[in-house]
Amino acid sequence: MFTPPHLNYALLAPILIILAGALIGVGVEAFVRKSQRATVQLWVALITVVAALIELLTVRNQRSTLVAIDSFTFDGATVFMQATILVLAFFALLLISDRGNFVAQASAIPGSEDERTADSDGKTQTEVFPLTLFAISGMMLFPAATDLITLFVALEILSLPLYLMAGLSRRRRLLSQEAALKYFLLGAYSSAFFLFGGAFLYGYSGTLTLNGIAAAISASAGNDIFLLLGIVFLMVGLLFKIGAVPFHSWTPDVYQGAPTPITGFMAACTKVAAVGAMLRIFYVALSADLIEWRPIVTVISIITMLVGAIAAMTQRDVKRTLAFSSIAHAGFLLIGIVALNQSGLKATLFYLVAYGFATLGAFTVVTLVRDSAGEVTDMNRWVGLGKKSPLIAGAFCLFLLSFGGIPLTSGFIAKFSIFTAAYEGGNTTIVVFGVLTSAIALFFYLRVIVLLFFTEPKSDAVSVSIPSLKVSCVLAASVIVTILLGVYPSILLNTAQSFATFLR
Amino acid sequence: MSLLTALELVPLIGSLLLFAVPKENSKLIKQFAFALSIVTLAVSGLIALRFKTSVPGMQFVESHTWISNFGIQYAVGIDGLALVLILLTTILTPIVLLAGWNEADNGRWSVRTFYILMLVLESSMIAVFAATDVFLFYVIFEAMLIPVYLLIGGYGRGERAQAAMKFLLYSLFGGLLMLAALIGIYIISTNQIGGTFDLAKLSTLQIDSGTENFLFLGFFIAFAIKAPLWPFHTWLPGAAKSATPATSVLLLGVLDKVGTYGMIRFCITLFPHATKTFTPLIIVLAVISILYGAFLAIGQRDINGLIAFTSISHFGFIVLGIFAMTSQGISGATLYMVNHGFSTAALFLVAGWMVARRKSSAIEDFGGLQRVTPVMAWCFFIAGMSALALPGISSFVSEFLVLVGTFTRYPVAAVFGTTGIVLAALYVLITVQRSLHGPTTPGNEEMTDLNLREKIAIAPVIAILVLMGFYSQPILNWINPSSHQTMQAAGYSDPLPKAGK
Repeated sequence: MFTPPHLNYALLAPILIILAGALIGVGVEAFVRKSQRATVQLWVALITVVAALIELLTVRNQRSTLVAIDSFTFDGATVFMQATILVLAFFALLLISDRGNFVAQASAIPGSEDERTADSDGKTQTEVFPLTLFAISGMMLFPAATDLITLFVALEILSLPLYLMAGLSRRRRLLSQEAALKYFLLGAYSSAFFLFGGAFLYGYSGTLTLNGIAAAISASAGNDIFLLLGIVFLMVGLLFKIGAVPFHSWTPDVYQGAPTPITGFMAACTKVAAVGAMLRIFYVALSADLIEWRPIVTVISIITMLVGAIAAMTQRDVKRTLAFSSIAHAGFLLIGIVALNQSGLKATLFYLVAYGFATLGAFTVVTLVRDSAGEVTDMNRWVGLGKKSPLIAGAFCLFLLSFGGIPLTSGFIAKFSIFTAAYEGGNTTIVVFGVLTSAIALFFYLRVIVLLFFTEPKSDAVSVSIPSLKVSCVLAASVIVTILLGVYPSILLNTAQSFATFLR
Repeated sequence: MSLLTALELVPLIGSLLLFAVPKENSKLIKQFAFALSIVTLAVSGLIALRFKTSVPGMQFVESHTWISNFGIQYAVGIDGLALVLILLTTILTPIVLLAGWNEADNGRWSVRTFYILMLVLESSMIAVFAATDVFLFYVIFEAMLIPVYLLIGGYGRGERAQAAMKFLLYSLFGGLLMLAALIGIYIISTNQIGGTFDLAKLSTLQIDSGTENFLFLGFFIAFAIKAPLWPFHTWLPGAAKSATPATSVLLLGVLDKVGTYGMIRFCITLFPHATKTFTPLIIVLAVISILYGAFLAIGQRDINGLIAFTSISHFGFIVLGIFAMTSQGISGATLYMVNHGFSTAALFLVAGWMVARRKSSAIEDFGGLQRVTPVMAWCFFIAGMSALALPGISSFVSEFLVLVGTFTRYPVAAVFGTTGIVLAALYVLITVQRSLHGPTTPGNEEMTDLNLREKIAIAPVIAILVLMGFYSQPILNWINPSSHQTMQAAGYSDPLPKAGK
């Protein structure tokens, strides 16, 4: 006999609202006139995100491990990470809706007659809004999922729209398509690894749920080889998503090729989702077996920080530089996973918010620096922007200083708390390396600042376009959050503290 | 709100108000900034008057919770040591603003930005000496680098961007080491007494000696870079050559004192055992600094470079005095910090005027200034005499105290240090002779003497140098109690004189 599963719809509602919004968005594509589509889509997406956030906040104090049988857990960490994703996505949507970043007709071959007609007809790509919403739903599911199949499904839901969106850049079509293809192929590989790891863990424990695996580990019930293989393969899939070395090589290419608003969205939100899922898997399922995975993650964290920081120095492209900086930050975030204590969870949650806003802000600035052919990402042409547009350049510097962890910016408190957590967990080595890497990383952040402010501008057609109201909102929000969390971090630290729990 | 917080806020709020003044009205901006620095000076004078030498420990204490999750507080308070350094800051700031009235005119950015940065810098320098919460200290210690960086890079001369960068990278690197040590001591406090950054509470911790050594080094290297002690000094000459005189005065006169101040306040108080372990090494580094700085100063052809290297030598004396661990040594070192501040101010300001008039900073381009510009020449002469610690000028008292204090514990180091005095005579007298005396170098005949504004600016500095040379007692009254306290905290007492040898 078949008993229908009991679903707690109130706790699933935030994700369901996003999915409903995405479906409405698909409907809008079919039924709304072309000229109004962009506006309607934006409103649908924004309202959906806000509605989901409100729903999430109304149920924020409920806790349950049995939301959808045992494959979805609604706990403090879920609430915090879903809310972070929604807030970041809200601003990312504003950025995405800003004019002319997307190709008119994605199916047209670059440089072909089709493309030119599509362009001259004034077509605009609006499917990007429902795609974004689908991605958001996957991101929200990923850190909340507690069985390996749901995790995999969430991973795919969040990845597939991103693969597509990476190829939608209006300028430099070939680069964009190359990025999309690379991202897709490597992403597919990593998903396969993830699945493979899941299979091994199933073979080891006979269950797919994280709690079941944890129980099997503490009972040391199965074959340890399976466990180790399972952990390693699972890790490959996850580390790929957060862009940790040695699974990082897609990051610079995709960050560079994708339309900048999408890069911002991806960099900020995907990281929250993927790190969230990693935290849950390691803290809930694998914490009993830390002897086997902790050294691996420690080494990967150190290598990631070093490679990210050193490689960033050699870059000439702003988006690639930011990509390597995001790799370095992935290393810092792994410190929070290695710490494996409540402070580590709290620190990582705080770090994600601080990093997310600074990243979004930095990419927003990138969308504004243009010449007649579109965005300019060659760093040598950013020279002297501080003179042309001190406010925008100043904001960019603020984000870089925050990445570098200078006091009175959010990045400093984030680094401080994550180092403290690792120290508390007894892992001094990683703190020492973290500190050293920060010093190296500072070098290239400062180099960009020198370029912007201390070098005479060339007589070049590069200019900072006046940001529209929407973009100004994104920029203002990023600046305010970055400073506020640096000067008065208690507001968020207290929240993170009270939400930093995993239900087991 | 205690008077101390008010003192921090006056320049800070003033800098915000400056945003309201239109960029073009540079005269009003300068007057406003100067007036604010005078108000700040008045407030600090009030604090000095209310400061009681008889009360042990911190005064004007105030604390509020800042980041509750980590037990971080906004906690301020001063003892004699902090008081004299704050006074040094508040006295020097109006002087450099007045002395460098036209310095900001040819900068990369507007005059307004220059004065905003100056006032922010003053505020943070006061705050860094007042902070009694180690985290607060660290945050200000790092954040104050940014205004200095912008002041050097934006308003300096020559290779200013590179010099500013080098300064910033060195300092940030030191700061990161300190951050690691800071986190370490915080975790230890969490395990023992509950997480706190309160200086007084942290000094009661029991730390095992291996960890203590590492933590000590984290703090010490950060301070040694700032101070700057050989071999961490390489950023200084470039920064001093590129910065404007006003910035140089604040950088070498006050900001670098944060390094030596930190050694007394944090290294010795928090890690007394590690201090004992490392003292021999530090004494050696200090002596090397004294001699190395002096030798390189002799060889300098650039007048700002000369002042920078003399400072390295003088910082060697200060560090020597601190780690001699005698009450004369520490008091002498503290007094040295104040005297060096004024002495460097006189040197940099007069040198700055000389350079601005001659459009060159090479020593050989000056000559015979005594005849052409007698007032400026005399000012430079007195400043030079203060650098070689001539009896009757303030630095003599402190140098003497440092050497006496060192001799009772480390006679060999004191003897080597004394040769630094001889070398000082050499580099100062050579420079004085080349630039002030002899025939007038071609191109200097039309040089103008100091104008009224410049005279007013330099007069208080010269007055202080001479007055304190004869009567340092009031300042020593402030300093002595805190030196005793530092020594007690480190578990030292003055060595008894060896009788009748």
